[in-house]
Parts: sequence; C-alpha cells; structure tokens
Amino acid sequence: MILVLVETDAQGATLVSREALTFARETAARLGDQPVHAAVVAPLEESMATLVMKQLGEQGVAVVHTADDERLTTYAAAAHAAAVVDAVRAEQARMLVAAGTPRGNEVLAHVATRLEVAMAANVVAVDSVEPLVVTRQVLGGSALEEMRLDDAVAVLSVAGHACDPEPAEVPTAPERLGYTPSVTDQDLVARVARTEVTVVDDTAALTGARVVVGAGRGAGGPDGFKDLLELTELLGGALGVSRVVTSLGWRPHHEQVGQTGSRIAPDLYVPCGISGAIQHWAGCQSAKTILAINTDRDAPMVTKAHYAVIGDLHEIVPAINEELRRRK
Amino acid sequence: MANVLVCVKRVPDTAGEVLLSADGLSVDARHVGYTVSPHEECAVELATQVAEATGGRATVLSVGSEDAVEQLRNALAVGCADGVLVEADADLLGPADVAAAVAGVVREREAGGLSYDLVLLGNDAADTGDFQVPVRLAYALGRPVLTGISTCEVQDDRLLARGDGPDGTEVFELPLPAVVAVMEGGVSPRYPSIPGRMKAKRAPVETVALTAARQGSGRVRLKLPPSQPSSVEILGEGPEAAPAVVDLLTRIGVVGR
Repeated sequence: MILVLVETDAQGATLVSREALTFARETAARLGDQPVHAAVVAPLEESMATLVMKQLGEQGVAVVHTADDERLTTYAAAAHAAAVVDAVRAEQARMLVAAGTPRGNEVLAHVATRLEVAMAANVVAVDSVEPLVVTRQVLGGSALEEMRLDDAVAVLSVAGHACDPEPAEVPTAPERLGYTPSVTDQDLVARVARTEVTVVDDTAALTGARVVVGAGRGAGGPDGFKDLLELTELLGGALGVSRVVTSLGWRPHHEQVGQTGSRIAPDLYVPCGISGAIQHWAGCQSAKTILAINTDRDAPMVTKAHYAVIGDLHEIVPAINEELRRRK
Repeated sequence: MANVLVCVKRVPDTAGEVLLSADGLSVDARHVGYTVSPHEECAVELATQVAEATGGRATVLSVGSEDAVEQLRNALAVGCADGVLVEADADLLGPADVAAAVAGVVREREAGGLSYDLVLLGNDAADTGDFQVPVRLAYALGRPVLTGISTCEVQDDRLLARGDGPDGTEVFELPLPAVVAVMEGGVSPRYPSIPGRMKAKRAPVETVALTAARQGSGRVRLKLPPSQPSSVEILGEGPEAAPAVVDLLTRIGVVGR
C-alpha cells in the first residue's frame, strides 16, 4: 500500500497534493496494483470533508485515514507526523508520499526520523521499483540525483508540478477510516501560537497564479514597478521578483521566485529585466509559456524562453499595457 | 544569556552552469568556487544577534572538508566567537549522518560545560536539498524544532520565532533549548568589518574527527537535466512589439476569453 499525506486549503485537496496522488497511483501500478490510501491529518468541517472525499475518489484512492484530534487543528509538525506514523504502521505502508511543500517536507522529515528510515525530497520520477531508485531535484533543480531507497518504508516528497494531476480511469468511493492518533504533549510544544495576517502576504496567490509577471534588476529601483504592477493587474496575475530585487529591498521577500523563494507553475510567465540565473530558473521552469522581456538577447532567460521581446522594459511594458487597454 | 550554535555548509556556487565530476557523484566546482546558502547567511546573522542581545556566545560549525574553514572564517568575521569543523567528506554523508555529527559536538561541549540553548541551521542545503538535518538533529538531542523561520529572539528561557505560513506570518513561542531552521528574508546579513576580518583570522577553530556511523546518502549518481536547444521566438524589439505580444497573449488564451 502507498499512503499519501494530503494537504487541504479552501478549495479542498491542494493542487500539489493531487499531483502527489497521481504520482503515487502511477507508482502503485508499477509495484503490482498496490492500493493507494490517503491520510488527512488536519480536522475538516463536514462539508469540506465531503468535498475532499470526492476529490480523493477522482484520484482512485481506496481508503482515507482521518485523524480525529482537535489538537491537530493548530499546525505542529511533530503532532501531524505522529498521526501519519500511526497510519503508516496500522496499514504497513511500503511507501509514504507527500507534496514537496514546506509543510510536506517538514512533516515527512519528522516521520522519516521517527521511523528511522531515509527520505527523498523533491522526487520527479521513479526510475526502478526493484530496487527502488528515484530521481530527485538537487541544486535547486539545476541538477538531478538518482537516489536509492532500501528501507522497509520508502518516504518521499514529490516536487511541485513534476506531473499533472490526472483523474483515475476508474474513480472510487473511498472508505473513510477515522482514528485517534497517538499525539503526546511533547509533540505540541512547537505549534503555531498565532497567525498574523496584518501584513498582506500573497505567497499563496503567487504559487497558484495562472499568469505571473516577473521583475528583476532591470526594474531599476523600488519605484520601477508601476508599469509592471499595471500589467499584472491587466492580466489578472501576480507579481514575482528575482532574488536581487528582494535582497536590495525593492520588494518584499514573499514575492521572490526561485530556489530561496516560491516555485511557480503558471500558464504564462513574463520575466521582465531578469537575466535568468539558475537560482531564479529553479523557481520558474515549470511555467507552460515564458515570454521574456530583456535588453540582452543572449541572457539565459531569453534563450530559455519560448518568446522574447528585446529592449527596455520601461518602454515595452507601458506599450503592452496601452495595447491591452485599447483592445479591451 | 543564550549560547547559539549555527551550522553552515560549504557548497558549490552554482549561479552559473553546473558541471559534474567524471564519476557523476559530485559537482565539479573548480571553476565556480564555493559559498554557503542565503538561508545560512541569515542563520549566522540571527545567531550573532541572539548572542549579542543576551551576552551569550555564538559558535559556527561545519561538517565538511578542511576547505570549509573558509566558510567558518567568514562567519567568524561577522560576529561568531569560535568555530568547529567536523572533518568529513560531505558528499558521502546523508542527512542522518550530518545530524549525528552535529549532535555529537553539542553533547561533547555540554559535557565540557558549554551548553547551546539554540541551534540554528539553514532550512535546506543549497546543494542536496534534503530538508532533514534540522529535524533529525532535534530528535537526536530530544529538543523541539521549527523550520521555515525568518526571525527569532530569546526572552529569558523562551524562544519567540516568526515564519511565513500558508495563511500569513506564523508566530511560535517555545521553551529553550530548541533547534531552528532559518529561511532567508527576515534579516539582512551584515558585511564583515576590517576589525572583524582581523579577529576572524585569530579566532579559535577546533577540528574534530567524524565518529558517528555512516548511513550514507543513497546517492547512485548525479545527472544534468537534458539541455534544450534555444527555440526562442523573438517577437520584436522595443515598444513596437506590443501588438505582437498582445496577439500572443490572445492566442494562448491569457486575454480575450
């Protein structure tokens, strides 16, 4: 059995969790028609639970393990891991999969430590199942590592957007198995005390955006974003920036795209004045279409893009904005 | 007073092209040089701030080759008081091995009368990206652990920390001792002063041998993603390209639907 840790948000099972489910289902088929189970650790409202069960059924999940413990409402990685370990042990799972999100990787690291097994982070493919060898992203995605997992339970996170979340050929009506997790007080010490939402933080909007307008050193300074923000608004997208922009304090860190920022997978990415260092490419390489605007036609961002316009973003972006307004 | 141990890793500076060694087991960094990750630069800054604010000591540690002394000296130049090098071939170690090596140093120093109230690390190594050493270290030491932390401060015997969560800034309060994995973005690493550099040259660096058993990293080999030949279509130059851009946006369904 392969167990998948499913994260939820206001739309139910998150996109990357559904990607992880598809990844697990394809791996389970190669392991000889193993069933796929899901673990949902955070307590859900009943209407949300109904939606999640339907989404997991579309992914062909056989059984959904739900931890019944109100203390898990507040996030604590160790407590969530304790609940996942219970499900792994109860079902003797041979593989545990989660999305390679900050929380997915954090909870899996706790689980792997508790089970005394290795963990592979940000896996993109299973190379062989006997022995189990996976390929995963290293160096922020600019290189790949083949890693062997020999333990009784293989623990791995799936890199965001490594595969599309395809529905199963035969949807299921999953069985829901509630259980009381063995969470101790010690597991709750490092829990979120409170969440401050006073500062507008659009990290979630950035990672889920269909269109992202990117800005790099070429913006020129903290006042150089007016046209770029207008383009962002005209396209109904989100602004993402390179590391140099946040390092110089031109824009807040949560807007950073790259190895030390967010990873995005929009339908369209429009990097403006971004040279395209590996650090940045690591965060934007999953974009379906890339349209680069840059003065240097030899910049890596331009040569790696699908489309490009050569020139100064401060002249080109206002012209695009005007053309967009004209045609509306 | 809070003593802080901050861990850094010497990694290839792969801002440009990545080359692999002939055996495919490591990165060939002869032409690109070495650095530490931005997360770790911020961890060093936080370690220094906590030590300064509480009158404690900040120690910098690295598990790696003798060349990693360069990265230790850089941290010593910005406020760490002393360094520890656990000499090992980091390419052969997995995250459990590194965590065991760090835990060994923490315990040894504690036996010698110096206890670390806080251990800071980068959130994930820039090269291997395992996301595990802080968590495995915390379990080895029997301490609570936070990851993805931007800022932290020590108030008496408690730690107050903040990090970006899915719904905003998450605040944590927990008793010390603790282990914290730091993300870039909360503090700006300071630049070394000339006196700082001078002091770093004389600061003590203890070298210890790796004693923990080796579990390994499971690495079979490294490989590079297939390089795609450039297939970029230049839509035009300057503002005159705007209609062609909007045509494209319409064609791929981003506008006009």
